[in-house]
Amino acid sequence: MTATVTTPGPRRVRFPGKRAVLPWLFLAPALLLALVFKFLPMGKGVWLSFFDVRPFLGDKWVGLDNYTRVLSDHRFQDAIGHTLLLGLGMSLGGIVVGFALALLLEGQARSLKIIRTAVFLPVVTATAVVGEMWRLMYYPTSDGLINSGLGLLGLGPVPYLDNPDTALWATMAMGIWMLAPYNMVIILAGLAGVDRSLYEAAAMDGVSLWQRLRHITLPAIRPALGIVLTLAAIRGLRVFTEVYVLTGGGPAGSTDVWMTRAYTLGFTRNDIGGASAASVVLLCVTLLLTVTVNYLRKRGDAR
Amino acid sequence: MSAPAIDPVRTPVTASPARQSAGKQHTTPARFDTALGWSDRPGPAWALRVLLCLLALGVFAAPFLTIFSGSFSEKASGSTLSFLPHHPTLLNFEVAGQRGIWDYFGNSLVIAGGALLLQLVVCTLAAYALARHKFRGQALVLTLFMLTMMLPEEVIAIPLSLVLGHVPVVGLDLKGTVWGVILPLGAWGFSVMVLTEFMKDIPAEIEEAARIDGVGELRMLWQVILPLCRPALGVAGVLGFIMIWDQYLLPLIAAKDPTDYTVTVALSILRTDPEVGSGVVLAGAVIALVPSLIVYLLLQRSLVTGITAGATKG
Repeated sequence: MTATVTTPGPRRVRFPGKRAVLPWLFLAPALLLALVFKFLPMGKGVWLSFFDVRPFLGDKWVGLDNYTRVLSDHRFQDAIGHTLLLGLGMSLGGIVVGFALALLLEGQARSLKIIRTAVFLPVVTATAVVGEMWRLMYYPTSDGLINSGLGLLGLGPVPYLDNPDTALWATMAMGIWMLAPYNMVIILAGLAGVDRSLYEAAAMDGVSLWQRLRHITLPAIRPALGIVLTLAAIRGLRVFTEVYVLTGGGPAGSTDVWMTRAYTLGFTRNDIGGASAASVVLLCVTLLLTVTVNYLRKRGDAR
Repeated sequence: MSAPAIDPVRTPVTASPARQSAGKQHTTPARFDTALGWSDRPGPAWALRVLLCLLALGVFAAPFLTIFSGSFSEKASGSTLSFLPHHPTLLNFEVAGQRGIWDYFGNSLVIAGGALLLQLVVCTLAAYALARHKFRGQALVLTLFMLTMMLPEEVIAIPLSLVLGHVPVVGLDLKGTVWGVILPLGAWGFSVMVLTEFMKDIPAEIEEAARIDGVGELRMLWQVILPLCRPALGVAGVLGFIMIWDQYLLPLIAAKDPTDYTVTVALSILRTDPEVGSGVVLAGAVIALVPSLIVYLLLQRSLVTGITAGATKG
């Protein structure tokens, strides 16, 4: 042991330069790619948000104009509401359904494992594929998959995606469907860590099922729930593909979220400056949320 | 072999209580294995659980069956979806093929393969430096990689499309090439984190012994560290693949024209084509779905490990 510790010593002295450079050689590819394709665009985005970007005339500095324009645009204001509603609904719904799934499918039986595998499918499926799937399930006439189910209950066909009143809720349902199994896995891992003797002791004391859930299970998986909720909230803010694939923001902007709005502004209306400003606003909110969550979590851990 | 028996998260926690209760099954009822105290014996609670499980399967898994059956149905519109195909046929796939679905699928495979390979190589190299070396600025580098995880891709989409059109210094136009999708996916903070954490746990003695034998850095990584990292590589590989296959915005902005699209993005072309019906869109969806399905079924343990590990690290 002692010999092995001392041998690298002199070598390090002999090649101080080599030892110092070596880690950076290994890091170089990753850092370079992150720099060019992540941090450079980020910086460029912040920079462009202060300009009126005109491809052939040269960019013109406009200060905070893009920001005031974006923030006072009523379609962006609507998009904030939709983003918050969608993010919140998807996060909470995903947790409630995920928790219910976890409680239902907890256990070691082989059949349960197979069911878990099947229920998890929405998570591994590409969002675009899920979107196409749900468009067909939401087929507006009475013989669409969901509508024919409603028909059995004697309810009329609902044009889910074509009606501004229902489109956002329909999108939310798809989001919950995609998120819940993911949450289920995390919550299941939390449930597995619950001390079984507590359940037994509670049963001896004649505690009701509800009390057992509330006082043993929930506290035990609270860390898992906190993580799931914050991850979902951050994901909810930047929701894009789900909405873009399912409704494209329509009908009549009723499902427009912050990022689909920014995308339309940047790519179809060529307002790069405005779109960049919108992106920077979202970036700031996301970072703020992340930092706050980390701070709160660290403080919670310390206590 | 393909599904390494790892599961560091699940196996110790989930398996042990089960084994305990299995051991004393005769004395204590197994109902304390679950929070709700489900019973294994037939009875009202058992029947309720079976019913609820069927409901869960119906909601989360059955839609996939309707997709498969619809893609093989002769006349599939949204209206004729069911669990079994009407007049089974391959016509939808033929039409989808005529619309170039296999070219899009080829794009997807090249991009997924290339990006996954690049991602694993680049992230392994970085993780090796972070886990097995001490150097100045280590904390900063780690923070940078964490930041790439927090940075939403959607937010940098617009400036990234400008960068892809004209990469600084070298001045290349990556748009319309597979590199435009592959390169931005190279550095993924999550893979770096998973691999770093795993490599840190490899005992120093192994490395020191190899060093005495005069093993150089690259051989150390390739022949000593990497073989021990297989579980972590599995996790990074599966989650990386799922993440790459799920990309939508990136292939969209990196394309010069629709022929550059990946199969997932190309579904929207099929959908807006007035001459093809829902069945053809479904055939495309099935083609886009099958690779992730295969990866998932082969390596689901790694995936679950990765998700639980990723969640606890945040």
